[in-house]
Amino acid sequence: MSVDSVFVHKMWNDHELSKMVKGGVPFAMLSDGGGRVGSVYGVYDPDAGVEMRGRFLIDPDGVIQGYEVLTPPVGRNVSETIRQIQAFQHVRNSKGTEATPSGWKPGKLTLKPGPDLVGKVWEVWKTSMESD
Amino acid sequence: MPEEIKAGCARPTGGPVGEKPVAAPPAQEGERKEEKVMIKVGAKAPDFTAPAFLNGKFVQVKLSDYLGKWVVLCFYPGDFTFV
Repeated sequence: MSVDSVFVHKMWNDHELSKMVKGGVPFAMLSDGGGRVGSVYGVYDPDAGVEMRGRFLIDPDGVIQGYEVLTPPVGRNVSETIRQIQAFQHVRNSKGTEATPSGWKPGKLTLKPGPDLVGKVWEVWKTSMESD
Repeated sequence: MPEEIKAGCARPTGGPVGEKPVAAPPAQEGERKEEKVMIKVGAKAPDFTAPAFLNGKFVQVKLSDYLGKWVVLCFYPGDFTFV
C-alpha cells in the first residue's frame, strides 16, 4: 500500500516489477491516496506526504500479531517476516501451549511454558540456537 | 473478496471503515485537535477499504474480507522507489 494511484501501480507492475517476478506481483497493490489508511496505522508522514515502510502481520481473527516500521532508506527482510508468520502459525496451532524461543525456525525446539519451565530454560535452550 | 472497479476518469478511493477506533477525548477549544489511534499488538487491525491493482484488474479490497487468513499488510513510500 502506498499513496500512489492504482494507475501508477499498474505501470510499476507492468514495466518494472514483472521483470523481477515472473507474471508480476501476485497480490493486491493497494492505493491509499491522502494517506488516510496509513494515518490510522501510524505510518503516514504528512510532512513528506508518503508512508513509512510499515509491515503488519494480521492473524485470521483480524488481530495484529506484530509490526515493524522502518524509515524509507532501509529495506525489509522478507525471510524474517515469513519466519515470524510460521512461528505465529505454530503457536496458534498449539492453542497457546507452545512458545517459540529466540531464533526459532520450523522443526526446531519449542518451549512449553509452565511452572516446571521456570529457571530451566538454560537446560533446553542454548544461546547458539539463536542464530543456527 | 475484491470487487472489480469500472475503469473511469474518477480516481477510486477508499479509507477506514467500521466503527471509529476509540475517539480521543474531546479537545478543548483552542487546543490543537489530533486524532491519534495507537496501533497495538494483540488489538484488532483497523478495517479499511482501498482500491487496488490485482492480476491485471482494478479492484476494491476490504481488509475484513480476508478474515480467516493470515494477512501481511505492507506500506512503502512510493512506486518506483529503490529499496
